[in-house]
Amino acid sequence: MNTANPREFQPHSDARVLEATKPSSDYIDIPESEPLHLDCRQLLAPFRIAYKTYGTLNAAKSNAILVCHALTGDQYVASEHPVTRKPGWWETMVGPGKPIDTDRFFVICPNILGGCMGSTGPASPNPKTGKPWGLDFPVITIGDMVDAQVRLIDHLGIDQLFCVTGGSMGGMQVLQWASRYPERVFSAVPVATAAWHSSQNIAFHEVGRQAVMADPDWCEGRYHELGKTPRNGLAVARMAAHITYLSEEALHRKFGRSLQDLAAKSFSFNADFQVESYLRHQGSTFVDRFDANSYLYITRAMDYFDLAAEHGDVLANAFRGTRTRFCVVSFTSDWLYPTRESREIVHALNAVAANVSFVEIESDKGHDAFLLDEPELFATIRGFLNAAAERRGLKPAQDGR
Amino acid sequence: MLAPQNAQPRQHRVDHLLIAEMVAPGSRVIDVGCGDGALLQLLADTKNVDGRGIEVSRERVNACVARGLSVIQGDADRDLADYPDDAFDYAILSLTIQATRQPKPVLENLLRIGRRAIVSFPNFGHWKVRGSLLFTGRMPVTENLPEAWYVSPNAHLCTIKDFADLCKVVSARVERAVAFNTWGQQLGTWMPLTVHNLMGEKAVFMLTRKWER
Repeated sequence: MNTANPREFQPHSDARVLEATKPSSDYIDIPESEPLHLDCRQLLAPFRIAYKTYGTLNAAKSNAILVCHALTGDQYVASEHPVTRKPGWWETMVGPGKPIDTDRFFVICPNILGGCMGSTGPASPNPKTGKPWGLDFPVITIGDMVDAQVRLIDHLGIDQLFCVTGGSMGGMQVLQWASRYPERVFSAVPVATAAWHSSQNIAFHEVGRQAVMADPDWCEGRYHELGKTPRNGLAVARMAAHITYLSEEALHRKFGRSLQDLAAKSFSFNADFQVESYLRHQGSTFVDRFDANSYLYITRAMDYFDLAAEHGDVLANAFRGTRTRFCVVSFTSDWLYPTRESREIVHALNAVAANVSFVEIESDKGHDAFLLDEPELFATIRGFLNAAAERRGLKPAQDGR
Repeated sequence: MLAPQNAQPRQHRVDHLLIAEMVAPGSRVIDVGCGDGALLQLLADTKNVDGRGIEVSRERVNACVARGLSVIQGDADRDLADYPDDAFDYAILSLTIQATRQPKPVLENLLRIGRRAIVSFPNFGHWKVRGSLLFTGRMPVTENLPEAWYVSPNAHLCTIKDFADLCKVVSARVERAVAFNTWGQQLGTWMPLTVHNLMGEKAVFMLTRKWER
């Protein structure tokens, strides 16, 4: 690894720790008297949900879109990240005049429960000890994340969300929302996702978790108290995961076998190849903005996700009687959440005669395609939201977009 | 938005206009093989239906969804089995049955998931088709069947008489049967079936199931 010495001062890590405890975004604090009933049968209270909003909630409170972020995402969907100073992670999709048009819709993006950008998670202080939760934080599920989001939506006074959308793990939350709170979801757009985590995906996550735990600076999860960070372990986890977000074709097109700033092979274990250098960069920048324990908890939540198992192993039962309008989207080169798994969702929705659209988008960019410039994705979501808005009785966009 | 599309008059297919006439306002409809969504759009605009579509071509599906129609990528042979009984008031198969791998199960599923099935198809018994085969000795290529045999998606072409036979086989009751001539005119219902089979270029059947569940 060419990442810096873990004990060396990291310019971003202080900002990161600060964001986990004192978010620069909005947040709500749920008091001890209103605990969250977790799937692991523990109670969690008090807890905090940090969130960002964009656009204006209309008087009828009928134009709210909840955007659920993925594994390493956060509430900064369409505004600058306070730690990395990079633009929002879905600015191609969310903003004025964008498919999720903030001139028209009120967009809410919370940091998930278990996250590290201000919502309660393993990096937050445990109210009983004053120290970071670490591994004493209860193991949470996608359902728990959604239940925590419900408190935020209640707080904002919104009965029914016009739409819930998100990609990857965000898509899992979308499905959980639609299944657990069907009356509160007018429309749902799960993108590049699945109704359960496959064995292969669990396997990749386990590699990542083992990499973190094998780092001596992880200290059984108590690294915060001891002033350490398992940088190398988390970076390796990110590197391995990052490969799964791409496709062989995309990697080949981007890097081929090109060497990094070298005329010839160095006959060493330096990052000779551009692809190695790229992955190391991905790993080290990730560590600057993300908490290692959060990574363990969130990947676990994804592994536990199985919407069919919650409904007698029949996925269709998760959606029985639904009146939500669905738009399921997958990408041809996504091998992490392949089209086959989206089709299973569609089959289940058909089995209950739900209102569903299903689009597979041709792309060679792998799973990451949902975050990238994919005009067909934008056209699909814009068209679906326009039609749903008309059904919901929302006013058309100013210029008829 | 639907409004701007309404503003532009578009040329509707005669079989689409007839189907739109058959469908009751506000009903639940599935259009299997919905193509570019023209029929679904027509039914949404004129009959305010709750419409769904299935289409095999990814590009067409994406175009439909971008227009705000509820359409999934799939095909009649594989995906109709998913739907529950009586899920729709009308299950429509518009100029698609000849391109399915197994027309009989497709038609049975159509009758099962819809209270009524509406099927339109190109009539292979039409005089132009017969003449083409008789005089050229080659597979007919007409305006309705434009592709050469080796690129045509049509695996199971049939005549109006053939289709009427299949209706008997699957215990479907023919509520209405209409044939259109080359100029898009409906043939008189008083004409015998043999004349329909010779003069009809396309046919539209509305069916219900005879069997009880």
